Amino acid sequence: MNEKLESAMPWLFVAGLLLVWQLACVGFGIPNFILPRPSVVAQAFVTQFSAIMENSWDTLVRTVTGFVLAVVLGALLGIAIGSSRLIYRGLYPVLIGFNSVPKVAVVPVFVIWFGTGTVPAILTAFLVSFFPIAVNVATGLATVEPELLDVLRSLGARKRQILIKVGLPRSLPYFFASLKIAITLAFVGTIISETVASSSGIGYLMMAATANFDTPLVFAGLFVIAALGIIMYAIFAVVEQRMTFWAKRGDGLMTG
Amino acid sequence: MRPFVEISDVSLTYPGAGANATLALEHATLSIEKGEFVAVVGPSGCGKSTLLKLVSGLHLPTRGGVIVANREVAAPISIVGMAFQNPVMLPWRTTLDNILLPLEIVEPHAGRFRANRKSYVEKALALLKAVGLEGFGDRYPWQLSGGMQQRASLCRALIHEPALLLLDEPFGALDAFTREELWAVLRDLWAAQRFTVILVTHDLTEAVYLADKVHVCSKRPGRIVTTRNVDLPHPRDKYAPEFVALVRELHDGIAEVRAS
Repeated sequence: MNEKLESAMPWLFVAGLLLVWQLACVGFGIPNFILPRPSVVAQAFVTQFSAIMENSWDTLVRTVTGFVLAVVLGALLGIAIGSSRLIYRGLYPVLIGFNSVPKVAVVPVFVIWFGTGTVPAILTAFLVSFFPIAVNVATGLATVEPELLDVLRSLGARKRQILIKVGLPRSLPYFFASLKIAITLAFVGTIISETVASSSGIGYLMMAATANFDTPLVFAGLFVIAALGIIMYAIFAVVEQRMTFWAKRGDGLMTG
Repeated sequence: MRPFVEISDVSLTYPGAGANATLALEHATLSIEKGEFVAVVGPSGCGKSTLLKLVSGLHLPTRGGVIVANREVAAPISIVGMAFQNPVMLPWRTTLDNILLPLEIVEPHAGRFRANRKSYVEKALALLKAVGLEGFGDRYPWQLSGGMQQRASLCRALIHEPALLLLDEPFGALDAFTREELWAVLRDLWAAQRFTVILVTHDLTEAVYLADKVHVCSKRPGRIVTTRNVDLPHPRDKYAPEFVALVRELHDGIAEVRAS
């Protein structure tokens, strides 16, 4: 009973939220071009289904491409920062500065370099999502217990051996935790770029809809982005659970 | 013949800016025969752990020299096994795989680890049995109690048959009963294999129970101020009058060192 209720909770909560929203819109007589009722948003979703799907697919492909780039380069950067003090000292301030730059300000530069459309979207998705991955991997590497390093070093272990046998497995939980954050950020990056410089994608669709005062379609786009984000997050949560079961342990079987 | 471990007039300063530099050891001299079980006791922060790092080659002395097995220590010497107060097992490996870890690193085992895995596993299982962990090899370390993890940590320290076992307060975090059980385990392993042991501890009863010789360390900067032989026959009875007298003598010695 309790478990069933628990797994139903997200749906119940969303349903409740939509109901309140609908009732509020009807009750206060809010016009649909200001805040569309959920029922109207659903209607827009159905009537514009093929356009939404096409543009969502573009957004998804760009996001995942940028994200994959971020995973590869972010992990490599994290390993470099986490295993070399010199690289850490040199690169970390630059990274923080880099991460502080609003990415929307960089999109026009990408457009000058690569034109509008897919490339700037991928690059923006990459830029916003690689930072948490790099920082988390570096943090994971830094958490290796000094005693363990002593054991391995006293046996004559080389740096590479320590990294492979201990450092990388130790940083896996941090890595997977960062993937969940990074994938949602990657969507943000793609949409930002699409709203500024693109003729396809959910971001573009929403901009075009706004220009036409088609607010229900804008909201349909928002829902699609949210749904995509949740699905990708869930996928990485499952992967995380499988790969790093040892980091999420409850009480030991025989404590005390 | 030269002693197995020879620490002669060693000083070590941990680097730091100006007053932050710490002189951990000063003119420390100590020699240990092959197969001897030696305990180093002293007030906390006296550089006992530093001594172990010097012997293993993890740190090099600022002055003086360390010779182990007729060789000047200039880099980590892979003939040591180490265990600490914290068992530091790898949570993603089973207990058995944790114990096999040194064999994947230290030569000549690392080169033939894959080919000989079966015989190494047998050896690890035998060690597990010797420390009373038979049947726990495929559990993960976090499924074991603290005392069981410490037993496994001892196995990991011994799997590559090190000539020199370095123990840094390995039983410090255990309850009294488990600790005494593990004293007996260690004593039996040592009696059977006769490796050389340096045990760093602040538990005087532990030192007298296990060691042939107890070295007392002064407060920082540390050096060896007295050495006491323990001639009592094994197994020792920690309530025997001679035993108690010896512990008291060491205790008074350390109290003096702390006060000076």
